[in-house]
Amino acid sequence: MNIIIVGCGKVGYTLVEQLSNEDHNLVVIDEKPEKVQYITDRLDAMGIVGNGVNHKTLLDAGITTADLLIAVTGDDEKNLLACVIAKKTGHCQTIARVRNPIYNSEVEFLKKEFGLAMIINPERAAALEIARIFQFPSAIRVDSFAKGHVELLHFKVTDKSPLFHMKLFNLHQTLHSDVLVCTVVREDEVIIPNGDFEFQENDIVAIVSQRHNAIEFFRKIGIMKNRVDNAILAGGGKVSYYLAKSLIESGIKVTIIEIDHARCEHLSEILPEATIICGDATDQELLAEEGLEHAQGFAALTGLDEENILLSLYANRISKAKTVTKINRISFNSVINELNLGSIIYPRIITADYILKHVRSTNNSRNSNVETLYKLANGKAEALEFIIKEDSAVANIPLQDLNFRKNTLIGCIYRNGKVILPTGQDMMKAGDSVLVVISGYRISDIKEILED
Amino acid sequence: MNYSMVLYILGYMLKFESAFLMLPFLVGLIYSEDTSLSYLVVAVVCLVLGGLLTHKKPTSPSLYTREGFVTVALSWIVMSIFGAIPLVLTGDIPSYVDALFETISGFTTTGASILTDVEALSHASLFWRSFTHWIGGMGVFVFIMAILPLMGGSTMNLMKAESPGPSVSKLVPHVKDTAKILYGMYIGITLCEIVLLCVFGMPLFDSLCTTFGTVGTGGFGIKNNSIAAYSPTLQIIVTIFMILSGINYSFYFFILSKKIGDAFHIEEVRWYLLLILVSAGAIIYDIRHLYPTLGEAVRHAFFQVGSIITTTGYGTTDFDLWPSMSKTILVILMFIGACAGSTGGGMKVSRLVILFKTIKKELSLIIHPREVRKIRVDGHIVEHSILRSTNVFLVIYFVLLLSSTLFISIDEFDFTTNFTAVVSALNNIGPGLNQVGPTQNFSIFSVFSKFVLMFDMLAGRLELFPMMVLFMPSTWKHK
Repeated sequence: MNIIIVGCGKVGYTLVEQLSNEDHNLVVIDEKPEKVQYITDRLDAMGIVGNGVNHKTLLDAGITTADLLIAVTGDDEKNLLACVIAKKTGHCQTIARVRNPIYNSEVEFLKKEFGLAMIINPERAAALEIARIFQFPSAIRVDSFAKGHVELLHFKVTDKSPLFHMKLFNLHQTLHSDVLVCTVVREDEVIIPNGDFEFQENDIVAIVSQRHNAIEFFRKIGIMKNRVDNAILAGGGKVSYYLAKSLIESGIKVTIIEIDHARCEHLSEILPEATIICGDATDQELLAEEGLEHAQGFAALTGLDEENILLSLYANRISKAKTVTKINRISFNSVINELNLGSIIYPRIITADYILKHVRSTNNSRNSNVETLYKLANGKAEALEFIIKEDSAVANIPLQDLNFRKNTLIGCIYRNGKVILPTGQDMMKAGDSVLVVISGYRISDIKEILED
Repeated sequence: MNYSMVLYILGYMLKFESAFLMLPFLVGLIYSEDTSLSYLVVAVVCLVLGGLLTHKKPTSPSLYTREGFVTVALSWIVMSIFGAIPLVLTGDIPSYVDALFETISGFTTTGASILTDVEALSHASLFWRSFTHWIGGMGVFVFIMAILPLMGGSTMNLMKAESPGPSVSKLVPHVKDTAKILYGMYIGITLCEIVLLCVFGMPLFDSLCTTFGTVGTGGFGIKNNSIAAYSPTLQIIVTIFMILSGINYSFYFFILSKKIGDAFHIEEVRWYLLLILVSAGAIIYDIRHLYPTLGEAVRHAFFQVGSIITTTGYGTTDFDLWPSMSKTILVILMFIGACAGSTGGGMKVSRLVILFKTIKKELSLIIHPREVRKIRVDGHIVEHSILRSTNVFLVIYFVLLLSSTLFISIDEFDFTTNFTAVVSALNNIGPGLNQVGPTQNFSIFSVFSKFVLMFDMLAGRLELFPMMVLFMPSTWKHK
């Protein structure tokens, strides 16, 4: 596809990084030459310096032949305007990032009237992700497939876990749990484990399972936590607002600690049911006063990544709360993963993932039949969902007779409302929704998981 | 410095060179020359070495600006070292230093020769000399990138180091597609010229070699008196294609994408064409009495101007015998060179445009000391970093020019010979004046001077920076 990305900030860069691996023709536009330069030096995209709402600039970028325009500048109105102009000039789909809460209730109206394919609100997307984690705190990340019937749950192995130093083939005998280990992230590497694989400390393990089996499994390995009933949010930004709103709706008590008095006043106006504390979230006394020790959920959502990291480390030390750390800017993944930070939320990656999902489903009708796709471990592995067609090369053959490529795993088969964790005798049938985990190569059709 | 990656890419380059070396071998087979077997031998050696180097993929594929520059500079050196071997093995050029000079001169599209009798060479060697022009013209890495999916966006660092001009931009989003389009246009122009030359009566072998020299703006002739050996019609065709090859390839890309207006809006191209017209006009006036008809004077003037400004270096007449003004104009054109993003050498018209605009800005600052003014080319603002590197380019250029002239003056030739020899090498032209004039050659120089000139040719082709960075000790340190 020909894709134009307006805005070369954090999200823009992440999008180009992912999309350039998928053989799209990318053109980026930004007003700052050094930002454009930064992307074109590192990634395979063409850069244009200019304003994305400028008709001439869009023409230079090839708007007439573009299939999709993604506007992710820091300015909502500019994004919307760029999309409108693009729509009027070319025949492309448009996606805008709009983050101001006042537009939030008007998303549907804007989409319809401006002809947008999608409006993404990064803070809201991040907040919903955090809310999901508070609903099921045992996992550090939850991705859902087959319209929510199957979940890919990520958790971390600690030195106290029964999994520590356990070999994978012993897992079923010892625990008798109906779960399938898909991937293990160790430092910067992704492993699709076989039976000889031995778990170690700090491994981040992703399992496929149905919810009740997962709960039982987490209980057996001692990390089962119930849904949180109360949560402390450090920082009162947009993410906090959306998160508080969503948590309150599901009956969770919320305390927000925010340093700026005017912001507190405003929060108190728009969130009447939340407890708003005006104070410095890095003040230990204040945290103690607000009962951090007995909190069940804690989210570090201030504007400073370093502060968020320290807050979560502290919260994990003095309480049993489920912690969530928001990281905007820094990307030292290998170091961050070693820290005891609980779940980590990267709003820019979440935003990019949402957009990517849309791009892929659009691409779907063209030349691939990927239903959904999740990047695991910085995109080093992928979990993809396919619907099996009647004439597919993989259909109706027992899995043990199929000649899979290396680093391929069939995670689960979803058939007629039933989840099957596949063994060698199972086979994929037409109409099944299949979850495939791969690493080290890319596919756009299910038949590509077989050796040529 | 990521050495394993540099070696890996060098390996790829050798594999490609091995494929290139097969062509002169085939030519030798057609003309049943036994000596051409040496091309096959070297091709096999390159293939084996390349295979060894690319056997294992490097652990870290990172390729930053530094690696890009070093890889390109080293590749051009290694490519020349191997490319020179068959010339010695066939016995066509017995001395290895001379063969190396000839090969570097070929790859850098200079066209300066050490041969006194070109016509004595075997067909295979004649073909190889000319073919090195064709490869060097658009660049070997652009070729590799068009064919192989190397490693994504960072290959831009290779293209930047190899492509001429103050700033390198892509025509289309993918590096690979950009490289493909460039070579597509290059091959297109090449085929046009070969067909035209054949139609107008040049033998196929001659037209192949002449075309390689023209579109690569190289200038190795296969006749002792260069293009003067052919009919006036053929000379006119070569003139037109030389001038076309000196134009920025974006121009053709715009025309192909039906943006004729944008194509002629490129300031550099307009200045380039204007320069050719004005210089040719002045020379015609100056030499009108030297030739029997005005038509002949016009033809020779345009041919020589086209040959020098595009840094090709073909000749139809001995311009060393022209009046002083005409010679001076030609030497000035040697400095200017062709357009950025073309196959030509020299300082590039676009740099000159930027420099003149900088001068205008500085002068304007004396009148309005607080004025804020941006320099624009084609209506786009020129970034400060590009202005800076253009200025530094000019400084290095003259330092290199003067020091090289000093070094080769050890041979005790006259000043004009020394100076024009360096100018000719640094700008990848070929002929100079006096003892290195169009009818002379570079065999008079000592081995030391030849090495100085070889360095100048490589530095000139790769636009100074990649070669200079090899001399920075910190380039070679592990980070």
